[in-house]
Amino acid sequence: MCLAVPGKVVSLESNGTGKVDYLGTTVLANFSLLPGVKVGDWVIVHAGFAISRLDQKEARRTLKLFKELEKLGPAD
Amino acid sequence: MTPRKPSKEPFSDWRSGSTVKGILEAIRRETRGLDRPLRIMEVCGTHTMTLYRSGLKPLLREAGVVMISGPGCPVCITPDYYHEAIIDLVTSNNNILIATFGDLTRVPTARGSLQTTVPSAGSEIRIVYSPEEALELAQKNPGKEVIFFGAGFETTIPAIAFTVKRAASENLKNFSLLAALWLIPPALKAILQSGQVAIDGFIYPGHVSVIIGQQAYRFVAEEFRTPGAIAGFEPADVLLGILSVVRQIKQGRPEVANEYRRVVQVEGNPVALALMAEMLEPYHADWRGLGHIKNSGLRLKPCWQALDAVRKFDLALQPGKSLQSSCRCGEVLKGLLEPVDCPLFGRVCNPDHPLGPCMVSYEGACLIEYKYSSGAKKK
Ligand code: SF4
Repeated sequence: MCLAVPGKVVSLESNGTGKVDYLGTTVLANFSLLPGVKVGDWVIVHAGFAISRLDQKEARRTLKLFKELEKLGPAD
Repeated sequence: MTPRKPSKEPFSDWRSGSTVKGILEAIRRETRGLDRPLRIMEVCGTHTMTLYRSGLKPLLREAGVVMISGPGCPVCITPDYYHEAIIDLVTSNNNILIATFGDLTRVPTARGSLQTTVPSAGSEIRIVYSPEEALELAQKNPGKEVIFFGAGFETTIPAIAFTVKRAASENLKNFSLLAALWLIPPALKAILQSGQVAIDGFIYPGHVSVIIGQQAYRFVAEEFRTPGAIAGFEPADVLLGILSVVRQIKQGRPEVANEYRRVVQVEGNPVALALMAEMLEPYHADWRGLGHIKNSGLRLKPCWQALDAVRKFDLALQPGKSLQSSCRCGEVLKGLLEPVDCPLFGRVCNPDHPLGPCMVSYEGACLIEYKYSSGAKKK
């Protein structure tokens, strides 16, 4: 039930709704809980409502951490 | 018109084998030399799914970490009497339309399930994906009473609160809500206070945390000295959470870590939190398996009672009526029992013939175990 996948905002309407693209499939979402969303943002949508925006800077930071952990190699 | 290129998911690295291996090795490095495996509870059923689907459970066990499934499945923890009240309503009244999430229609009770029940004349049961769809059904069916039966945690609650507020502002007279709304932090407290299950740390649900933020779990670290980390839902997300918890345990420094920073803000979602506070009030709620927990449920405030199905239809939401079944879902939800150790798992209870909600919901530990564990383990 708390399943929610990231999608990209492709359009915004004046009534607080808009369209989100999930890897090629477009669905309608309500943006009332997430003011300030822009077309092109990645968002998490749950039960028809966008609840969070993805922070690309944080994502890149985590990716860097992955690379560092990989470099450490096997534990034994 | 040229077809729009689909957006590439930017997080494929979170599933890559080399990333997963890198974090697993880091966990192994931390657990080396410990005299017993660490027991970490993944609170959320969607995390359980990630752990099974990507085969991480046995790999973690090898790395010295035993994962225990928690109560994070709203369909599973909703007591039978909610379903029974709705079944009563739709079988004894004409022109009622029940709109609900798909999983909820299949939960077996002593009175059958919403799926097997035969509604009264003009009444029906419809599956919806979002609460707003239920509201649209009310607009399109002015001759029917539309009741949205919604179960959910903090992730889903704001969407439901928004919809009720919209129904009020549109003065929609034929719409109401039967709310089975549950709060995660009080349930964690109940689990910790009961002391029934030994837990070294928690993986906190990422999308509940999107709404409630990081501070909501502070009591776990401060009062109960138990480590925890908020985690996302890709394999590498869950592993990063586990790595953080393992490090906290080793250093003896429990905290609330956020390993899902690309999605979860420290303060949560303030718009959603304000809406919840405006529309809903806490009450002492019953959870399947966990029992009565202080301030663990939300219901509509009295000023919205025209939209509250419990008040509007005088629903009897009380325990006691339900028959005792031999399903052990309650113990599974508390982390006391592994699904395979339920004597009914597999042959008697399976996805085609579920005997309890844990075998119905996509986040139910029994269904997940059945779907993703090897056939050999099925009885
Ligand atoms: S296997 Fe079936 S009967 Fe046993 S606990 Fe799970 S849902 Fe209940």
